[in-house]
Amino acid sequence: MKILKTFYTLVFGFFTLILYSQEALEGEILTKQGTSTIPLEGASIFWINTQQGTVSDNKGKFKIPFSSETNRLVISYIGFKTDTLTIIQSYISHLMVSSEAESLDEVTLTQRRKAIQKSYFEAQNIMTVNSAELLKAACCNLSESFETNPSIDVNFSDALTGTKQIKMLGLTSPYLLISEENIPMVRGASQAYGLTFTPGTWIESIQITKGTGSVVNGFESIAGQINTEIKKPFTDVPFFVNLFTSANGRQEANVQGNKKWNDRWSSGLFIHANQRTQEMDQNSDGFLDLPLSKQVNFQNRWQYLNAEKGWVGFATVRWLDDQKQIGSKGFNPKSTSNSSPLWGSEIQTQRWDGSLKIGYVFPETPYKSFGFQSAYSDHNQEAFYGNRRYNIDHESAYANMLYNSIIGNTKNKFKAGINFSYDRYFEKVDQFQFDRIDRSMGSFFEYSYDNLENFNLVAGGRLDIHNQLGTFFTPRLHLRYTPLEKTILRASVGSGRKAANIFAENQILFGTNRIISIIDNGGSIYGLDPEKAWNYGLSLRQIFTIGKGSGDVTLDYYSTRFDNQVVVDWEQRGKILFYNLEGESVANSFQLGVDYAPTERTSFRFAYKNYDVKTQYNSGYLQRPLQAQHIFFGNFGWETERNSKGAQWRWDLTYHALGKQRLVTTIRDAQGSYAPSYGLWNSQITKAFTNSLELYAGIENAADYRQENPIIGSNDPFGIDFDTAQVYAPIFGRMLYAGFRWNL
Amino acid sequence: MKKIIVLILMILPLLVGAQESKDKNTKANFLVKGNCEMCKKRIEKAALSVKGIKMATWDIPSNVISIIYDPNKTPLEEIHNTIASVGHDTALSKADDDVYNALPMCCLYDREQE
Repeated sequence: MKILKTFYTLVFGFFTLILYSQEALEGEILTKQGTSTIPLEGASIFWINTQQGTVSDNKGKFKIPFSSETNRLVISYIGFKTDTLTIIQSYISHLMVSSEAESLDEVTLTQRRKAIQKSYFEAQNIMTVNSAELLKAACCNLSESFETNPSIDVNFSDALTGTKQIKMLGLTSPYLLISEENIPMVRGASQAYGLTFTPGTWIESIQITKGTGSVVNGFESIAGQINTEIKKPFTDVPFFVNLFTSANGRQEANVQGNKKWNDRWSSGLFIHANQRTQEMDQNSDGFLDLPLSKQVNFQNRWQYLNAEKGWVGFATVRWLDDQKQIGSKGFNPKSTSNSSPLWGSEIQTQRWDGSLKIGYVFPETPYKSFGFQSAYSDHNQEAFYGNRRYNIDHESAYANMLYNSIIGNTKNKFKAGINFSYDRYFEKVDQFQFDRIDRSMGSFFEYSYDNLENFNLVAGGRLDIHNQLGTFFTPRLHLRYTPLEKTILRASVGSGRKAANIFAENQILFGTNRIISIIDNGGSIYGLDPEKAWNYGLSLRQIFTIGKGSGDVTLDYYSTRFDNQVVVDWEQRGKILFYNLEGESVANSFQLGVDYAPTERTSFRFAYKNYDVKTQYNSGYLQRPLQAQHIFFGNFGWETERNSKGAQWRWDLTYHALGKQRLVTTIRDAQGSYAPSYGLWNSQITKAFTNSLELYAGIENAADYRQENPIIGSNDPFGIDFDTAQVYAPIFGRMLYAGFRWNL
Repeated sequence: MKKIIVLILMILPLLVGAQESKDKNTKANFLVKGNCEMCKKRIEKAALSVKGIKMATWDIPSNVISIIYDPNKTPLEEIHNTIASVGHDTALSKADDDVYNALPMCCLYDREQE
């Protein structure tokens, strides 16, 4: 028993540094007597191999906090066969069969776990999105997974690729640390399209941390951290197929298989392919509204568990090939380029990823553990945009060693470790070569204290030696105080730094003919100094119950202040300038969120967000362009009860309203103009026939709101005013889609 | 010189708490009476307040506490006494009636009548 526990602590405590929040799982245990159902009192419910358990009350109801160690729940009752459930879905219907021929012959357990969970016990402001929530979006990849999440804003990056760019606290994704299973992932060359390289069906859960977060994964997070957990071979279903098609010409296929070879070894093989072969031009500007694309994505991973000895390991290999063709309708990239009068572009990416992780928990002292993670990737992108060329080859190596233990007792825990990273960039912009090697080594120490009652804190610091950024210290502090059981107060402060990869992060600039100029101040990266910022946050969460329903209200205020920044200045006609900040740059964000579930199977989610993101440009202290200051979000979810076979209907409606956005001055937009405010409606309906087969269909942008003229200068694509980056609304109108999911 | 100091600073965290002899980590399991999550919090908090206790987890269904402690610093009886002092009877020590009676309703576990 102890050893098994050890192994769970290892698997979940280690690689998922932030697991599910520990809110309570509520449920009901009923039994059928003839045709009626009666509650079963006194059944024991506990997390396997843990000390956490409870007993059902006289109404058959129970409440058990989620365990940080396991998701396996044991239900037992005298006269019935004890059974173990894996709590991974938001709904589980479970049939418990009596081992004795008693009059009570059946126990059904139904339980619900919220698709989005906000952290309760952690000092950090973390939100966990599980796979049930991910199913709500038309979601085909990670970049589209945040449509129903109010903490993250999804923007349209450009009029060419249709790539969605995410923002948090008013800052774009380069200011987030985006990791996959705690290995930094979307960074450097993959910054522009990296989120589209993780298929949605691979994702087990996503953890979103507001504020700088933990120091364990590096110094780069400024506005927040997003960590994605991929489905694990040991716990995932043996076989899964998903097909998807949409009216905008996109088809996707996912085939995933997992096999347990023996008690210790299991492996998974995931294959994803998508394509769009149809040319779409709804607004008749002669340019494709969405790219013609093809992607093949392949992942094989092996998982090792040795419960007796306390060892766990993962080895993963991943390969991706992504091709996009964008630009004018009828453009043929195969024909002799340059002579063609059509403006076209092609972006080709190949990427390799490999990682190895090993963890060990000391069987005698389970609060002590050791972990090692290493990863290698090579990201090679070749592209041309009209007459412009942009190639980047980014090779990256990363290693992290971590030791967890306690000081005195488990009220005082710490994590300490070191990490190394190596990044080599070969980058070519037209005829200019920008090659660079970044090397860094850092050590971190993170202390956490919990008084086991109403206060805890996480205080971390790291010291890094970086060949471009120098030697520096990064402190971060998170506090949590619960004055009342249902009131949670959090505060955080921390700093972050990064080297700005100006071209990779702003690849949309190649879809313009703006003249690029870098105002060199002798800094180490493209002649510019690295970016540094402080982030401060305050959060209040009040949990409430009204009638049978429960919900919460959250108030978040975060402020990011840049000590140094690489300012991307689009303000001048025909130019894009990069220069270091002189003066102020501040991003303030305020969010008021209300979640309420009036019944077990209905939920409402509302959020109002206010952003004040200002930067000192050469032309003045201005709001960041293409940033709405007011955003409203609403989501309604409804579902029927799953019957014994698992059949169910689910329906979901989402509304986004964006206030006016400042536009930069161009031939289209006069000085001082703003984009109009608008709203978007999305909806999806799912019919589950059994626990293993579901059909879904949905509509995006139901009201058919479109930006009229997304491409500036589309009639003269080689002229100086051509600009595809000034996009504030969808280019493609109403879109229908449908698909199915089937698993063994 | 600066580099060396930096290196030492980096390695230092790894050395913290790395060495501990085995008998300092003695395991013990014993019965502590209680009912609910609130009891769990109270029992574990009391146990962890004892010098030399490193880990304490109390199991609701079985009413068994598992601890790891250093017997050189604190004898096992003292741990029993400390837990009993917050109102929970243990295998070796009985809580004062006054303290027991002051527990919240949900925590009033069944006491054997003597």
